[in-house]
Amino acid sequence: MTNANENSNYISGKTGDWEIVIGLEIHAQVLSSSKLFSGASTEFGKDPNHNVSLVDAAMPGMLPVINQTCIKQAIKSGIALNAEINKYSVFDRKNYFYADLPQGYQISQYKYPIVGEGSLQITDANGEDKVIGIERIHLEQDAGKSLHDQHPSKSFIDLNRTGVALMEIVSKPDLRSPEEAASYVKKIRTVLRYIETCDGNMEQGSLRADCNVSVRKPNGNLGTRCEIKNLNSIKFISQAIQYEAERQVEIIENGGVIDQETRLFDTSTGETRSMRSKEDAHDYRYFPDPDLLPLELSDSQISEIRSDMPELPDQLVQRLISEYGITKYDANVIAEEKEYVHYYENSAKNRDGKLVVNWMTSELFGLLKKNNIQFNQNPISPNYLNELVELIENKTISGKIAKDVFEIMFATSKSPKMIVKEKGLEQVTDDSAIEVFVDQVINENNDKVKEYLSGKDKLFGFFVGQVMKVSQGKANPGLVNKILKSKLK
Amino acid sequence: MSNLLQFSISEALSLLEKKEFSTKELVDTYINAIEKTKDLNMYLTTCFDQALEQAKISDQNYLNGSQRFLEGIPLGVKDMFCTKGIETTASSKILKKFIPTYESTVTQNLWNQGAINLGKLSCDEFAMGSSNETAAKGDVINPWNFEEKRTPGGSSGGSAAAVAAKAALAATGTDTGGSIRQPAAFCGVVGLKPTYGRCSRWGIVAFASSLDQAGPITRNVSDAALMLQVMCGYDPKDSTSSNKNVPNFYNDLGKSIKGIKIGIPEEYNSDGISSDILNAKDMTINFLKENGAEIIPVKLPLTKYSLPVYYIVAPAEASSNLARYDGVRYGARIGGNSLDEMYENTRNLGFGDEVKRRIMIGTYVLSSGYYDAYYLKAQKVRRLIKNEFTEIFKQVDYLVTPTTPTTAFKLGSTQDLLTMYLNDVFTVPASLAGIPGISIPIKLDNNKLPVGIQILGKDFDEQGLLNVANVIESCASFKDTPNGVAS
Repeated sequence: MTNANENSNYISGKTGDWEIVIGLEIHAQVLSSSKLFSGASTEFGKDPNHNVSLVDAAMPGMLPVINQTCIKQAIKSGIALNAEINKYSVFDRKNYFYADLPQGYQISQYKYPIVGEGSLQITDANGEDKVIGIERIHLEQDAGKSLHDQHPSKSFIDLNRTGVALMEIVSKPDLRSPEEAASYVKKIRTVLRYIETCDGNMEQGSLRADCNVSVRKPNGNLGTRCEIKNLNSIKFISQAIQYEAERQVEIIENGGVIDQETRLFDTSTGETRSMRSKEDAHDYRYFPDPDLLPLELSDSQISEIRSDMPELPDQLVQRLISEYGITKYDANVIAEEKEYVHYYENSAKNRDGKLVVNWMTSELFGLLKKNNIQFNQNPISPNYLNELVELIENKTISGKIAKDVFEIMFATSKSPKMIVKEKGLEQVTDDSAIEVFVDQVINENNDKVKEYLSGKDKLFGFFVGQVMKVSQGKANPGLVNKILKSKLK
Repeated sequence: MSNLLQFSISEALSLLEKKEFSTKELVDTYINAIEKTKDLNMYLTTCFDQALEQAKISDQNYLNGSQRFLEGIPLGVKDMFCTKGIETTASSKILKKFIPTYESTVTQNLWNQGAINLGKLSCDEFAMGSSNETAAKGDVINPWNFEEKRTPGGSSGGSAAAVAAKAALAATGTDTGGSIRQPAAFCGVVGLKPTYGRCSRWGIVAFASSLDQAGPITRNVSDAALMLQVMCGYDPKDSTSSNKNVPNFYNDLGKSIKGIKIGIPEEYNSDGISSDILNAKDMTINFLKENGAEIIPVKLPLTKYSLPVYYIVAPAEASSNLARYDGVRYGARIGGNSLDEMYENTRNLGFGDEVKRRIMIGTYVLSSGYYDAYYLKAQKVRRLIKNEFTEIFKQVDYLVTPTTPTTAFKLGSTQDLLTMYLNDVFTVPASLAGIPGISIPIKLDNNKLPVGIQILGKDFDEQGLLNVANVIESCASFKDTPNGVAS
């Protein structure tokens, strides 16, 4: 069984199976109002060069000062990823020239990162739990942006992003498939959004990943890796890894060797291409930034943050399962986003948790997707979903009618009780009223009644269907069954 | 009133208070002195109109009795300090026409206390040099025996020369490996390098961040105390600035030094050291003895490693600090067909040879494969040097050494770089250790050139250091003036 599961991750080549080995470096923009070493705003979408301080522009004599909020955010993220918080860490300069890097170096952490080893539990391709090792998290400055499409012969520079704090979260090479990598990124994103240390907004670039990919014969020695830079969607991460792994297998099987290099993913072709080889790699000349003292944290500082941690996704999943009796799968879906949890817990109050989760994940998510509406623009309030499920539970309406009501709720944002009342959709639970429907069906189908009575039991379903049709779906199916049975003796 | 140029800061302050003369008269006198000493090439930029405006405010304050600590004192500012609205070039072509929109913390502190900016003083390019010969706008001429065209020292050569030539009442300097103390010695004035962290580095063009420290260059020790009082202090904008309490440096001058222990390190000697300098050292030892100090010969065996360590650490930091001068945002830009070409053209024409040399040395020692052997090892030795000073200061209170191995040499006479770098051999160790040091003039040598003596103290003991310097100063009674002085 285990073997079969593992094999599903393998790439089958001419010479047999190949295992993909993946390590990820996630760059998560720290949620903070100002930059890592300056007071400039981090607000997204401002006019170019609007959020730039003298420090960000690297004017002569300007000095960095550590933003304590960013330090707290990194510690919080480390705690959420079960990681060791290093009480001593150092900011280093990573030196290279580029037009959107005003200082000529990026302030980063090299030998002594603020967060050490940790771990994250993900769900693998088979729905099983898998623990992925975290190597480290370090803080660093983001670079600015070069705009090459504004002028035929000139490049423009926007320094708004320059100096914004990033957490680089480095995984161990524990991931074995594009799906696992996607699951890992999703989980990191969920955790960071939960604890509010990163908004996880991949389209705006607040979360991006560099993927290190190599292939090997199952359980063989590690192969040479290539790094695919700067992927900003989960779909691209999966695609890029799949393409890259297949590319490497093909080269090796044709007798070639993999060059260690940095590659770029072309989103239009779905291919990766070489950006620079190991020989062309920069010599970054890292050394401790003499403008900053080493960062020393006290035990009390760390324990204060630890005691202030919100509920984490894994803890929440356990609670949802035990409190609402829902499946682990459903709990994971709800736990993916904080707003889902909020919505679910409000709509499931005093209701059957399983019923609510089904309505939410299949009907609600389905309609939102179909209509291309964001969850936060959701037209159905949790109170109304609660009310709808209540109407089903107390048999005011059937599940079938409820679906119609739900669609009206989605279109109008009206209360389900009001819709049921206005449209007269209450279930008929009055025996005498149902008897009228039953009698009508029996009278109109004398031949079928005869067949039934002569032993064709399967026809019972036909009668139920007819009664429901005649009642326009409003008859209580239980009562219909009961009355039909007594009349067809 | 007789010649206003003769007064020190403390004298001028008391005379201004007594309304013996006005700030405007004082500033006018200095403007005149600057014009007269133009040939010495000390000022890169002057701001006389602004100075005269400030003088009006100062006079008003004196009239109202609301004068500030340095009200009306006309100063020169080393061109490493960014001054709001006034061109700041660090004596480099690459910062030509760069006009900061901000004021360095140290100069702002001075202006906040009523001091007046006369202009920006020449220095070695990015403070890299010991003779002021790397300045983009040419050599500064030492006012002593000025017709012989001698160096004022460096890198704060313009500052030391201006104070000696009485073209500023005092000046700011920066010291990375001796850049305040060595030119002060060459020009016969007082130069104080405070403890690393005492003065904020915010707004000072960076050379080597872990070594750079601002300090005053003045006519005498008490003026140095007054200047430091205002220049220093904690600055939240500089993470390496100290929040240690700032004592009153001035009021304690004149305390007895009876019983204090003075160490004389035997390693502060060299083959080429002149007999005049050794004689100045002996004179100083005698002054101290006469005042009841205990003289103790001490050993600092790691001294010989200071210069090599300095010439690894300082260029390494400089190579990174100077990466921002790339032609993209400010300063000079010399275009090219690609970004790389623009960088190359701009930095090739914008930087002088010495700056390029140090950027290359620094880049080399930080490179992968060389980092451990050079930069890392140098940092380790630097730590040992610091420890050696910490240990010696358990035995003695202060150290007395010559400031320089020679007196001011002739401009253009030093072809050999190693000889040039050796100028800093006595000043570099204190920079590496971060401890405070002061150079004061003792006598003239047989070429009628001033000889300086250096006193070193414990971290943040500028107060005691100034007191010892004050005692030596009164014994030495150095009253000579250079022939290149304004009058």
